[in-house]
Amino acid sequence: MSIGITGFGAYIPRLRLNRQAVVTANAWYAPELKGKARGHRAMANWDEDSITMAVAAARDALGGQDLQGRVREVILASCTLPFAERLNAAVVAEALNLDEYTGASDVTGSQCAALAGFSQALASAASAPGTVLLTAADNRRTRAASAQELDYGDGAAALLFGREQVIAEVLGQAALSVDFIDHFRLTGREIDYYGEERWVRDEGVSRCMPQVIKRALSDSGVDAEAVAHFIFPTSLAKMDAQLAQACGIPAEAVVDGLALEVGNTGVGHGLLLLAKVLESAEPGQVIVLAQFGSGARAVVLRVTDEIKHFAVRRGVSGWLTRGREELSYTRFLTYKGQLQLERGVRGEQDKKTALSTAYRHRRAILGLVAGRCRVSGDVHFPPSRLTYTPDAAALDTQDAHPLADRLGRVLSWSAESLSSYMAPPHHYGQIDFEGGGRILMEFTDVAKGEVQTALEVEMVFRIKDIDDLRGFKRYFWKATPVHTPAPQAPLE
Amino acid sequence: MPIGIKDKVAILGMGCCRFGERWDASPEDLMVEAYSEAMADAGISPEQIDAAWFSTHMEDVGTGRGGTPMSIALRLPNIGVTRVENFCAGGSEAIRAAVYAVASGACDIALALGVEKLKDTGYGGLPVATVGTYIPQWYPGAVAPANFAQLASAYQARFNVDPQLLKRAIAHVSVKSHANGAKNPKAHLRKIITEEQCLKAPIIAEPLGLFDCCGVSDGAAAVIVTRPDIARAMGKTDLVTFKALQVAVSNGWEMQGNGWDGSYVHTTRIAARKAYAEAGITRPREQISLTEVHDCFSITELVTMEDLFLSEPGMAVRDVLDGAFDAEGRVPCQIDGGLKCFGHPVGASGIRMLYEIYLQLKGRAGPRQLPDPRTGLIHNLGGQPSQNVCSISIIGREED
Repeated sequence: MSIGITGFGAYIPRLRLNRQAVVTANAWYAPELKGKARGHRAMANWDEDSITMAVAAARDALGGQDLQGRVREVILASCTLPFAERLNAAVVAEALNLDEYTGASDVTGSQCAALAGFSQALASAASAPGTVLLTAADNRRTRAASAQELDYGDGAAALLFGREQVIAEVLGQAALSVDFIDHFRLTGREIDYYGEERWVRDEGVSRCMPQVIKRALSDSGVDAEAVAHFIFPTSLAKMDAQLAQACGIPAEAVVDGLALEVGNTGVGHGLLLLAKVLESAEPGQVIVLAQFGSGARAVVLRVTDEIKHFAVRRGVSGWLTRGREELSYTRFLTYKGQLQLERGVRGEQDKKTALSTAYRHRRAILGLVAGRCRVSGDVHFPPSRLTYTPDAAALDTQDAHPLADRLGRVLSWSAESLSSYMAPPHHYGQIDFEGGGRILMEFTDVAKGEVQTALEVEMVFRIKDIDDLRGFKRYFWKATPVHTPAPQAPLE
Repeated sequence: MPIGIKDKVAILGMGCCRFGERWDASPEDLMVEAYSEAMADAGISPEQIDAAWFSTHMEDVGTGRGGTPMSIALRLPNIGVTRVENFCAGGSEAIRAAVYAVASGACDIALALGVEKLKDTGYGGLPVATVGTYIPQWYPGAVAPANFAQLASAYQARFNVDPQLLKRAIAHVSVKSHANGAKNPKAHLRKIITEEQCLKAPIIAEPLGLFDCCGVSDGAAAVIVTRPDIARAMGKTDLVTFKALQVAVSNGWEMQGNGWDGSYVHTTRIAARKAYAEAGITRPREQISLTEVHDCFSITELVTMEDLFLSEPGMAVRDVLDGAFDAEGRVPCQIDGGLKCFGHPVGASGIRMLYEIYLQLKGRAGPRQLPDPRTGLIHNLGGQPSQNVCSISIIGREED
């Protein structure tokens, strides 16, 4: 019985920060960064975090919410989990409309977290039938004028594990756990502290990684020369190529780290690059995926014939073309919490969430599940006991009717500059859903002039409000255009 | 169909304070201003009032909840005072309660008063709503201009209107109201504006600019009602009576279903039909002398002309630009400046609209007096196009 990867997906936020804009803004202070002024880094919008990006990647892998009830376990890997306590993976499970009897866990603590989750997912898939979802995301905070600010990107990836229709079987894996502190962050702090780069490179990566990779290869019974794709996410220049050489892996197997288009997306970056590789991998090809952090982990995979039958939804390539260039460095700093803007009197509104209400309506709020009347067919959001059907209100006739994967069209809209909003002007409008139902909802990832009546939109899971007073976030769904304008059109 | 309240209740007296940014006055002072004028007009003493209804929307911004703020401010003689609230249509609710109380015979004389003190909140525009429990977890943090601006996008799509033409038509709505308001000493905004100013004003909510939005004002207005026979016994002549009072409230069909196209206000059409029937009006364009409509935003006024059947579907743009609703037009609208210029102290607005029609019917409107109006319509809308409370009242001369 082969056990391994049965699906993959990715997510890259639409905003792509122009690195030159960052370097120019900081040139007075950090002229040494000018060598990094190339390309773009992916940048989470204000309403994105590791939970929302993980959901987006998972939906990319699953083809939407899990309406067939395939997934029986969800593992979320991240070092930037929004909640230190409140199971982040459970929010992901709710957003994916998973069956309630689904196992969920957060994996964190090092840049190897996604591969730790990989190992856990594999073991789980081996133990019982069904699909195990591993999703990884990071939305890292960095200090202004730091190298990390330019090197990093935001993004997520997801893998499905199971026993049927395996597209890449796992041949072997290895793990090394040592307290090598290339960077650290105490609980409650928001930005990492970094060790000396030369030490990390020479004593850390160069010593730890080859051991682990060789061990994984030998566990797999695969020769290094046979590796077709070598994935090692790193911000250290040419480190991936040097590592391949040290392990005897052919130079041409080294997978481009997407530094120019995305940046290093942290915990999920290995999975993101794997998702990219799998988009065009050939049956029989061997892939090595390795990551470094408080030790190291490596896995060896072999692509199967089933890869031909897997339909990539957007995938990394699709998300790469959905970018929009962001030229505002202060927007980036603001969204990363490094710059405090005047919010105005409207920004003082209390955003306290009634937790009892949030729980009672979790299917509607987190899962975007409406109620469809089995008599009239009318779709109700939010669901209610009585239908709105004119002159024929029916009692208790509504069945669950998920809307998240249905396309919508804009009935009416406006964009206002009055409310306190992190991406003005604030766009919202009425969306009519394919198959019925209507919600007055917010738009996200839109620029001025992009929203029109009859525009086709899709649903994305995002942060609805942030309660700064109590330190809480609430999530809901927003509308975003299905088709986006030409890539890299700047945000007005 | 119920018998209705046509000619069962007459206006005994009315008062309205000067609207505006009343940094000089507290809500209590505004109430006293409106009440004193109404009492002097009615020629009664406080002991003659049997019951009162009090409308204020944002209770927590200074005026307070319950009936006590009004009872204490006006030192009413321990009568029943009930606070009513129905978004921006609360003023009309207070009127309705007082009128029904008189029509039922439970009261001989009843008082309705509305007040809003918005300028102590620190906001330009309406303050943000208080936080509820469920709705804020999914509903956008929407503001009124963007809710109403959506009428424009849907109307434009429905009738395939050129956006520039629509923008000009709604500019005309505001230019007209400013011209009218300039003649009203109690109005908040009294400057004449040009179409060009409207078109060039900063955008508040696409496509609405600054001049497409009404004033946010402090103010109070009051009405005292009684039975016509009591009024006549008190020596009153040329009575103005209620012909119709109708309210229609959304039940979620527009908001949740797919049947409403977003280009009109569903409840206005329902309330208008009922009000015309109650008043016995069959040809509104000829029988209505003037209107005071809820022009919170210029686009609202434009589509309301169709919803009240004063314009044919899709023809409001043309009618507005042709001046059909200007002071000299077919059916003058907002002759006092409307919400746009008289101002919009939320809880008082419905009573302020009634005040203007009352003055016009009594021939007491000074430089803005229309020639011989007979019947006036008040359209008071609370909420937003997709979910709202619409109140329509018709008043006229008793003999009509």
